[in-house]
Amino acid sequence: MITCREVVTITTDYLEGKLSFAERVRFQLHLGMCSHCRAWLSQMKATIQVLGKLPAEEPPPEVRDELLERFRAWKKS
Amino acid sequence: MRQSDPVPAETPDAELIARLRARDETAFLELVNRLHGPLTRLARSIAGDAGAEEIVQDTWAAALTGLDTFEGKSSLKTWLFAIVLNRAKSRRERDQRQVPLSSLGPQDDEEGGVDPSWFTENGHWNHPVERWSDDTPDRVLNDKELRKRLLAALEQLPDRLRTVLVMRDIEGLDSAEVCNVLGVSETNQRVLLHRARTRMRALLEEETQDETRRRP
Ligand SMILES: [Zn+2]
Repeated sequence: MITCREVVTITTDYLEGKLSFAERVRFQLHLGMCSHCRAWLSQMKATIQVLGKLPAEEPPPEVRDELLERFRAWKKS
Repeated sequence: MRQSDPVPAETPDAELIARLRARDETAFLELVNRLHGPLTRLARSIAGDAGAEEIVQDTWAAALTGLDTFEGKSSLKTWLFAIVLNRAKSRRERDQRQVPLSSLGPQDDEEGGVDPSWFTENGHWNHPVERWSDDTPDRVLNDKELRKRLLAALEQLPDRLRTVLVMRDIEGLDSAEVCNVLGVSETNQRVLLHRARTRMRALLEEETQDETRRRP
């Protein structure tokens, strides 16, 4: 049986599919019995979800203009 | 999900490429609006502020040069990301940066991003862990102030954690790409990713607890 501490330590290994078959089974067995670790895993997944949707900054207008100039020069070439 | 800009439907790549080849300026502007931010964020995570600008400028130049021969086997995003990664990698190798690559390995005092004080002696949680409500991600993403704090926390991460986290979880690259650019092993990459994720989780945890406290 693995402990909660181990579950927390290897969560990313689990999510990345890097556990061996036996480790994976032990991990999932633990989750089946431990609501805290299930909650932990769902928090980690929610965190990853937030990170994946963070919008990037918009290009500043002067950068946009500069790139457009470049595009126009390229167009003529 | 974006707050500021109502997201216009994205033009499919094939159409955008055709219009770009026809020298259509609006197509180019759309591409710039779509990708300049992510390209800059990616470049900054690897090369810092100073390097990023040059890398992204070079990337746009290379994009224009290569456009007529781009085969479209990958998406425009993947193509431009690959150019950024290439340049960032050579730049990194050229500068050796202030951070020697050896220090990219895990070496924090924390054990794998885990706080020992969370657990009892026999490794069980010593406090209850609760699921966040299902709308937590949306709530965080739609809250401008909260997003700002999240980005600030990201900036506070040690360089190597931030680099890996941005590449993997924010820009969605795979581990092989990260290992290649940074010259770290797959295992190190994963340890860094785990630490960075657990730190961001802790931040969100604080924020969601505050939120719960504010709620009646
Ligand atoms: Zn547990």
